[in-house]
Amino acid sequence: MKLGLVDVAAGYRGRPVVERVSVEVGSGSWLAVIGPNGAGKSTLLKAVAGLVGRTGEVLLDDRAIGSFGHRERARAVGYSPQTPALPDGLTVTDYVLLGRTPHLRALARESRHDLDVVTDVLARLDLAALAGRQLRTLSGGERQRAVLARVLAQQTSVLLLDEPTTGLDIGHAQALLELIDRLRKEDGTTVVSTLHDLTLAAQYADRLLLLDGGRVAATGTPAQVLTPELLSRHYAATVAVLSTPDGGRVVTPVRSTGAPTP
Amino acid sequence: MSRTALTRLTLPRLLVGLLVLAVVLTGAVLLGAIDLGWQRVLAEIGAQLTGGTSPLSDREAAILWQLRVPRVVLAGLVGAALAMSGAAFQGVFRNPLADPYLLGAAAGAGLGATLVVGTVPAAQDWVVGPLPLAAFVGALGGVTLTWALGRSAGHGTATLLLAGVAVASFLTAIQTFVQQLHADTLRQVYTWMLGGLGTAGWQQVVLVLPYIGAASVVLCACGRLLDVLTLGDDEAAALGIRPARVRLAVLVAASLATAAAVAVSGLIGFVGIVVPHAVRLLAGGSYRVLMPLSLLGGATFLIAADVVARTAFAPAELPIGVVTAFAGAPFFVVVLRATRGRAS
Repeated sequence: MKLGLVDVAAGYRGRPVVERVSVEVGSGSWLAVIGPNGAGKSTLLKAVAGLVGRTGEVLLDDRAIGSFGHRERARAVGYSPQTPALPDGLTVTDYVLLGRTPHLRALARESRHDLDVVTDVLARLDLAALAGRQLRTLSGGERQRAVLARVLAQQTSVLLLDEPTTGLDIGHAQALLELIDRLRKEDGTTVVSTLHDLTLAAQYADRLLLLDGGRVAATGTPAQVLTPELLSRHYAATVAVLSTPDGGRVVTPVRSTGAPTP
Repeated sequence: MSRTALTRLTLPRLLVGLLVLAVVLTGAVLLGAIDLGWQRVLAEIGAQLTGGTSPLSDREAAILWQLRVPRVVLAGLVGAALAMSGAAFQGVFRNPLADPYLLGAAAGAGLGATLVVGTVPAAQDWVVGPLPLAAFVGALGGVTLTWALGRSAGHGTATLLLAGVAVASFLTAIQTFVQQLHADTLRQVYTWMLGGLGTAGWQQVVLVLPYIGAASVVLCACGRLLDVLTLGDDEAAALGIRPARVRLAVLVAASLATAAAVAVSGLIGFVGIVVPHAVRLLAGGSYRVLMPLSLLGGATFLIAADVVARTAFAPAELPIGVVTAFAGAPFFVVVLRATRGRAS
């Protein structure tokens, strides 16, 4: 599903946090929203998910998202927050099954089909062995996968993932992003994620959107957005952007003064 | 999919819950301040069922059928209402310490009761006693006031909780003031507040049954939605449900059940916290299990507590609130310790 934002502004209690955001995300592509702390990345994702007050248009395959019902929207757009609540006393299966909510009427019970979807998702995310485990006994990496599994059980064609790699070491972060990328390619899912690691963002996303102070500072391919000039201006950081032999970008901080010489 | 990976109300769990309730219920009917002899009570029940001749005198039969049995039934209803409401409040507020009295129900009922005891002369010919009615109206009034105040201050559960604290202290202040003006009623108000089922009869059972019955149906039906709410409002909304609506439905049901319970039994503490937590520790945290098992557990617990209240120092009665706290707290510690370190 193609996702379009036209002049979107959003915020809390009438105070805008992001303004004038327009961007197109093609069906099956991956947009990474980057920017310094407080730039409005999470708010932008929530605005698309319909969780904060918003003006402007969000279009799903050119249809205004405002014309979707609550459950209908939840069948089209999945969202995982930066710090998901992991309820006590639920097993991984209980938790992932909650992702089927938009496919059920208010007081309905899950059908055989819903359970099959969950089994399938657990298998794809290598969680089958943990199916009966209590959520709070999981490690950080397992938790992030469980959260992803819940969003995948929603079977949406757009995924909004707010910092899916929070708290993961580099190996687990890589594994999770690889997984998202594989699922995206297999299912043709459109992915919008915030990512604070710019090198990982460059490696996995097709396009980047750089937010600063709630406004779009730059948008384009990783090579276009990850320039030392843009990053120093908007992050107030001193960085070098290195090119890898395969055309990728690596962003590394540079210590400008006082670096000890060996 | 292995069934064991799901936290559900399985048949064995339901049967165990029903069996324990049945045993406690039978015990409660056999035991009382006046010893009717358990064989004779069983024979009487058998006689009633089969249409045989009663082994009891008229007076004894009246004690059994007009005093003891309705009291046991009422204790079961009140316990079920408080435990289920407690579980519901904990789910809605995502706060393990929430109890049914949190939103001003207790303070409101207390004020209503105090006003009535202080100002309305005791009359015997009321269809519904003024005290239960005032407590019921007061409890609902307190919750409504909290809801209105919370809504005017903003959305979210934290605002509602704070509004509950404000309303409770405000109403308690008025109640204390009124109580001081009518110092002669102190003892009656105090007795009511500690809770008790001493005035139970079939009339009270009929009075509260519709509220508690309807609330039970609503709360058990909302189990899955309460599970979704535990994810937080944002995620629940992203899953297509409207958290504020679910919350309102659950709070209305739980508050009606609580108000009905308070009206006939006063303020019985601890049931709303200890029973849901014991169920949580024993059977898991899904509200689909928690609601029905809290219903059974609450009924069982309060019936047992009432047996102690009316027999421990017979013919004197202990306030049942004292029994629930005295027995509930150590029981809770035992459950906590028994499940400590368990993987689930």
